[in-house]
Amino acid sequence: MPKPLTTLLNRARQYSMWVYQWGLACCAIEMGAAFASPRYDVMRLGVIPFPSSPRQADFVVVSGTVTDKMAPALLRLYEQMPDPKYVISMGSCANCGGPYWDSYSVTKGVDQLIPVDIYVPGCPPRPEALLEGILLLQEHIRNEDISARWRGDSIVVA
Amino acid sequence: MTAISDRAQLSALAAQAADNRINVDYESEGMTLNIGPQHPATHGTLRIVARLDGEQVVSAEPIAGYMHRGYEKLTEVRTYPQVTTLINRIDWLGSFANEVPFILAAEKLMEIEAPPRAQFIRTILFELSRIANISLFLGDLGIQLGGLSVGFYAFRDREFVLNQIEAVTGGRFHPNFDRIGGLKDDLPKGWIAETHVAMDKLRAFCDEVEDILIGNEIFQKRTRGVGIIPPDIAKSYGLSGPNARGSGIDWDLRRDHCPPGLVYDKADWKVWTHPDGDAFSRSWIRLQETREATKIVDQLLDAIPSGPIMAKVPRIIKVPEGEAWVATENPLGEMGYYIVSKGDLVPFRVKIRSASFNNVSIVPWVCRGVYVPDVITILASLYFILGDIDR
Amino acid sequence: MSSPEGGATEAPAAEPETEPAPVDEAREALLESVRAELGDAVVGSHIRPGDDLWIRVTNEAWRSAGEVARHKLGCTYFDFLSVIDWLPSPFGRDMDSQEDIAVHGAEPREAGPIVTGYAGGDTRLQVFARVVSLEGGHGLTLKADLDDLEPSVATWVPVYAGANWHEREAWEMFGVTFVGHPNPVHMYLPGDFEGHPMRKDFPLLARRVKPWPGIVDVEPMPGADDADEEAAE
Repeated sequence: MPKPLTTLLNRARQYSMWVYQWGLACCAIEMGAAFASPRYDVMRLGVIPFPSSPRQADFVVVSGTVTDKMAPALLRLYEQMPDPKYVISMGSCANCGGPYWDSYSVTKGVDQLIPVDIYVPGCPPRPEALLEGILLLQEHIRNEDISARWRGDSIVVA
Repeated sequence: MTAISDRAQLSALAAQAADNRINVDYESEGMTLNIGPQHPATHGTLRIVARLDGEQVVSAEPIAGYMHRGYEKLTEVRTYPQVTTLINRIDWLGSFANEVPFILAAEKLMEIEAPPRAQFIRTILFELSRIANISLFLGDLGIQLGGLSVGFYAFRDREFVLNQIEAVTGGRFHPNFDRIGGLKDDLPKGWIAETHVAMDKLRAFCDEVEDILIGNEIFQKRTRGVGIIPPDIAKSYGLSGPNARGSGIDWDLRRDHCPPGLVYDKADWKVWTHPDGDAFSRSWIRLQETREATKIVDQLLDAIPSGPIMAKVPRIIKVPEGEAWVATENPLGEMGYYIVSKGDLVPFRVKIRSASFNNVSIVPWVCRGVYVPDVITILASLYFILGDIDR
Repeated sequence: MSSPEGGATEAPAAEPETEPAPVDEAREALLESVRAELGDAVVGSHIRPGDDLWIRVTNEAWRSAGEVARHKLGCTYFDFLSVIDWLPSPFGRDMDSQEDIAVHGAEPREAGPIVTGYAGGDTRLQVFARVVSLEGGHGLTLKADLDDLEPSVATWVPVYAGANWHEREAWEMFGVTFVGHPNPVHMYLPGDFEGHPMRKDFPLLARRVKPWPGIVDVEPMPGADDADEEAAE
């Protein structure tokens, strides 16, 4: 595909995203503050929260502790999302198990289940940190090779 | 008159009777509706398996455990300050309130009392976390019942309280600020005046919520008479906090059993109860409690004594052998810690009594025979946090 | 006058009793009324004056103790019910140590002697519960021993409806059978979970493989550094 076309497509994609929030625990409150509060408004970035279903979402923000009991539900959600899809892992529990790294019932990081594009560290990360994560994701999309996805190449998270 | 043979008439009658039997006694398979674990109307990952007969619920069984992180096992391998860091995250909205009963129980075993200044500031932060918690409840109540605008107001006005908490402790929630023997740091300059301003703004928010939500006709129609819990059932299930006071039980741990270390007796405040026991009374009480909390904070702010912020405590904390139980009136209800100590750096066993565990155990009893939208109303009014149920 | 204590294997109490300790008459009266109802079933007790009352009953009398508390003492409010495992952990941290004992695949130590707490006890597992009387303002912690090989006790569900979920959790975490419980299924853990996590001999596998990432953090007390410098001069 010619470069100017993919650049245009990427720019159009990065500024019109629908984000599905998989809010589990404390990070969900900060995610709610980022998405629903007028102070850390996320819509000014072109990202709209609250889609009606994961089948209409562009990316998902996994925020909070993922337990082994919840893991199948998370996988099912990820499979429901249509391509191209991205994952932001928010908070240290989703990144690596966080303060519950030694627990018997916690999945040590959501990247054990699904491929993650952006990790946002913090416990909980401030809403501005999540917004920075979203900006990084937008940059990632801008530099992406969309034709590789269309060809069906496997997703490589660099 | 048509000549209908007896046989035809009998069969017509039989068919009619069969029809009636189908309409009245028809044993159809009820539908099983899975509410959750991911659902915008539950405060987190609670799954309710509801068996329906038409629109009515025959049985509603909550399935918890989707946020079970194993707190009680983790406290057995962490030192006391490390446990303080961890237990912030049980009730993740009113997070300073989670640390306080644990610290008070450890102080009881060590026979240490925090200096008066620390006690006042502890109480003020406790009430601030209550305001932060319940203002989100009021917003969430609107969201769950369909009035989305209140949610945005709640998120906006909560920021004032979170600013104040962050100015003192450094964290919007999860402050990790309480220490055995006192607090970590003193107040920054100008904090008291700013907090007075924040309390005024919160009172304005409470008035707004009363206009938009609690006084709203639709809200009242949806919540009055829904989910009635009589007081003796409430007590036998261990309901606490506004859920119990909404059934007319006049019990508030701040007034009736205040642990030494919190100074609620230095302020002039009132306990709100409501005799109805329905969803409306529980929501209304929480609104009044938020207002009352702003009054308590205002009074205590003007009365903070000067002095040290921390008692003389050894550097490495070893709590002497014994068992202690302290419970406080957290925003969600009664939260308590039963610490068993063997004189070690780490606790031997910590039993965490969380309010929402008991509050949600009543859902199977209360949701019999209600309609499906009322299940959401009942859950909204019972107000639980998943971290509190699942620990 | 010292408060009554029982149980041969009781750990040393937290408060000294040589000088005249304050007598908590209300709680003493409560203890006497429980003894009057249950008689020999009360095998241990402990009072911390002004604070709390612990009563240990026999395993068979657990249900009647609940009924006495509810109907005779007016303790209608159910606080919680759980189990304590008194076995010292073979895996966790040792006193004064900064790392777990059984890290990097090292062998766990031999389990030490079992020392129980307030109101005594003879077994490794004990069930304990707390009930409160809201009108009287008094609370009561009840304990009972559980058999080591097959721990079981009567259910409290007919007495206090709230015990339902607490007993489910206790069964799941400790393996204690509550005889007569209407719905003994998993509360928190997935259905195929093996083992009872809260028992002391259940290791946290992540900690056996990797030690705690940071040493015990000691933050300086406010003003402590100045005091150290003054002392050094």
